Amino acid sequence: AAPVQVQLVVPMAVVFSPGSMPGDLPRPLPFRDLEEMEISVNLRTSVTSRYEMLYRSTTGQEEAALAAATAREADAALHPLQDTPLGSLTMYVVPETSSLLPQGIDVYVGKHRSALVRAGGSLAALQAQLREVAQVMSFTATSIAAVLSDRVPNGHLSPDARRYLKSSLGYEITFSLLNPDPKSHTVDWDIEGAVNRFVKPVLDKLSLVANFSVDSQILYYAVLGVTPRYDKESSSFLLSAHSLPHVINPVEARLGSSAASLYPVLNFLLYVPERSHTPLYIQDKDGAPVSTNAFHSPRWGGIMVYNVEAPASPQASFPVHVDVDMARVMEVFLAQLRLLFGLSREEVPPEFLLESPGNEGLADWELDHLLWAHTVENIATVSTTLTSLAQLLDKIGNIVIKDDVASEVYRAVAAVQSAVTELSLGHLHAAFQASKEAVTSSERAFFDPSLLHLLYFPDDQKFAIYIPLFLPMAVPILLSLAKIVRETRQRKKEATKMD
Amino acid sequence: FQDQAEQFLRSGHTNNWAVLVCTSRFWFNYRHVANTLSVYRSVKRLGIPDSHIVLMLADDMACNPRNPKPATVFSHKNMELNVYGDDVEVDYRSYEVTVENFLRVLTGRIPPSTPRSKRLLSDDRSNILIYMTGHGGNGFLKFQDSEEITNVELADAFEQMWQKRRYNELLFIIDTCQGASMYERFYSPNIMALASSQVGEDSLSHQPDLGIGVHLMDRYTFYVLEFLEEIHPASQTNMNDLFQVCPKSLCVSTPGHRTDLFQRDPQNVLITDFFGSVRKVEITTEALSLDRDVAGSESKFPEEELATEPLKYAEQLPVAQIIHQKPKQKDWHPPGGFILGLWALIIMVFFKTYGIKHMKHVF
Repeated sequence: AAPVQVQLVVPMAVVFSPGSMPGDLPRPLPFRDLEEMEISVNLRTSVTSRYEMLYRSTTGQEEAALAAATAREADAALHPLQDTPLGSLTMYVVPETSSLLPQGIDVYVGKHRSALVRAGGSLAALQAQLREVAQVMSFTATSIAAVLSDRVPNGHLSPDARRYLKSSLGYEITFSLLNPDPKSHTVDWDIEGAVNRFVKPVLDKLSLVANFSVDSQILYYAVLGVTPRYDKESSSFLLSAHSLPHVINPVEARLGSSAASLYPVLNFLLYVPERSHTPLYIQDKDGAPVSTNAFHSPRWGGIMVYNVEAPASPQASFPVHVDVDMARVMEVFLAQLRLLFGLSREEVPPEFLLESPGNEGLADWELDHLLWAHTVENIATVSTTLTSLAQLLDKIGNIVIKDDVASEVYRAVAAVQSAVTELSLGHLHAAFQASKEAVTSSERAFFDPSLLHLLYFPDDQKFAIYIPLFLPMAVPILLSLAKIVRETRQRKKEATKMD
Repeated sequence: FQDQAEQFLRSGHTNNWAVLVCTSRFWFNYRHVANTLSVYRSVKRLGIPDSHIVLMLADDMACNPRNPKPATVFSHKNMELNVYGDDVEVDYRSYEVTVENFLRVLTGRIPPSTPRSKRLLSDDRSNILIYMTGHGGNGFLKFQDSEEITNVELADAFEQMWQKRRYNELLFIIDTCQGASMYERFYSPNIMALASSQVGEDSLSHQPDLGIGVHLMDRYTFYVLEFLEEIHPASQTNMNDLFQVCPKSLCVSTPGHRTDLFQRDPQNVLITDFFGSVRKVEITTEALSLDRDVAGSESKFPEEELATEPLKYAEQLPVAQIIHQKPKQKDWHPPGGFILGLWALIIMVFFKTYGIKHMKHVF
């Protein structure tokens, strides 16, 4: 793989509120410091992270904001005072005795790009804490290594680490309602309304990352691949965890995808079980029913089972009309969408309190997480693609490079260089846009139909074809030509002799 | 900890693709189409959807005018098993099955107008099964009786796929004469290959059906199909069992396999890793909490109120004209410059050498 050397710069502001400054500050505020760390992936790929910190004290307005009652209010009040572009972080250090942070919580991470950190002791301890917070809010060694997974030597990363959606220019999201028993249930789902109310805010926030297109469909008589078994104790039907992988297959054939676009498709299926299999619950590995009644598959999508209550009176006429509670459904689907992108809050240390992102679906720093990962992934992809293209051109000497392919290559090189530069300056947004442009150009160049190696014959093949045809025919011609030349020369000699 | 160890032995793929190629045309090569359709059928049964299968059939046997049982392709004599069915989706048919198209599908260097169903949209976490059948020789496979693909070209195509990480692991199965020569030149990692016969051996066909009049299947694929019929999506059968299929006593040829480029031990590779589509699944443990009282934004697409005229089609196919047309006169073209020049050179040299006096005998 091609060598990649990238420096990821995160501008950070560490703001000390009164009473929170550690005793052993090396210089009076404000001052700058930086911390570098190497995330080495393999011999030729190295990613260094550089946190450029500016230590300062609070302004009057910030102090007023920090005087709020709860951390959430403080965060909301601080947000308009911040000037944090994409990729940068602000940390407010509050005194140890501050009541903003609840007991046992040392760090509060807000919805935007700031965090409240409880002061505690020396500068070194604070810096260790800040480092942890910064890693949670931007990128960790694991998240970067996962993105560069094809360069990681085997055995260092488990196969499951590379399961998040790859960086792509767009994604197609398809919501499907599966009704296997239309005789019993007439299911009505206001998908358009749900998409407008719940899904659009999240996709608008993610629109920086990629283009999203949403469609929906209803499939009738689509059954799951597995027959659930009846459990007497809970008088319900259960799908065990190890039968889940086989559920998707029969349905997948009917899901379809848009013929025009080549973007990866994310399928979200809502399954309303048949009357004979209601209620249906999903069991996890320990046999306990799952609260969301849903499961997802990496790089594919998710399935949620929506149980319909049996009608109160036994003489109810079938089909029963069902109005799907779209809010509950979208809560699960959007949670699955986050997990598919790799935004999970599971590996956060216990003393951290993370603010819920609300209807936006993801916090600003989680968006940054995605952008860091995708930018590094794009840069690595471009360098591999261009190197491989160069190797192809070396191997087939007489390949013809069209002008537009050449210009795409130049554009890709310029864009990736700009992306690396922007990263080293700490401009995440510009770096991401440049990396996207680089990927588009390099893919267009690499996959150009004219570069098929079949179309270009090596020279030895040309010889092998033409020599057996022309050599036998050429032998008498060449010999005769030689004879002619000899005769002409002789005649010339005789002519001179005669004279 | 056991779980972790298990994880390392399992494949890291998230989706499956299959590229199934039959390269022979003509009615007497019925068995090659039946071979490919049997593998197609098994692969669909084990879970790979049509959207992830690229099926290339070089000729149409089901609707061939010589087929006594139209719309069927049988794989067992006495017409026990119809592998054509009613949901076969052929992506590349008839003359579209060429070496160029096959290599374009593999490498992805495909014209932008190609529809999604004709593309191999695999990524770095895809396991791909490639099955090829037809007439082959030492180092080549014949396409359509007019061109061939060499083992070097195939190996280069796989290398181009690897460079762009278009596969996680690849299983290559070939059922032709001297099939093992096709996988000799592979040099990209994570490829496992199986062939029906070694170099110098012929792969033989299985049984003729007297009602249809041709051989229905090749031996190797027949026994592979029998083996696959026992596999269901949850089976734990591994590749070592597939290597044992069709010993010399049944197959007459010696099937071969190549695993040196493959990283995992074949014992740990499940058949369903390539032939099926068993997805990794995770339980969703948490949901978001959304504010339900939020008003949605206006739908971006206003109602389209264009009055549309009923569509009319212009007469595109003047059938009457075509049927009664006389055959077009083929224009006479003078011979090309190169040929003329060559003959002029030969004639000139002949007469210069042997003397002009022979000219009068010619004219």
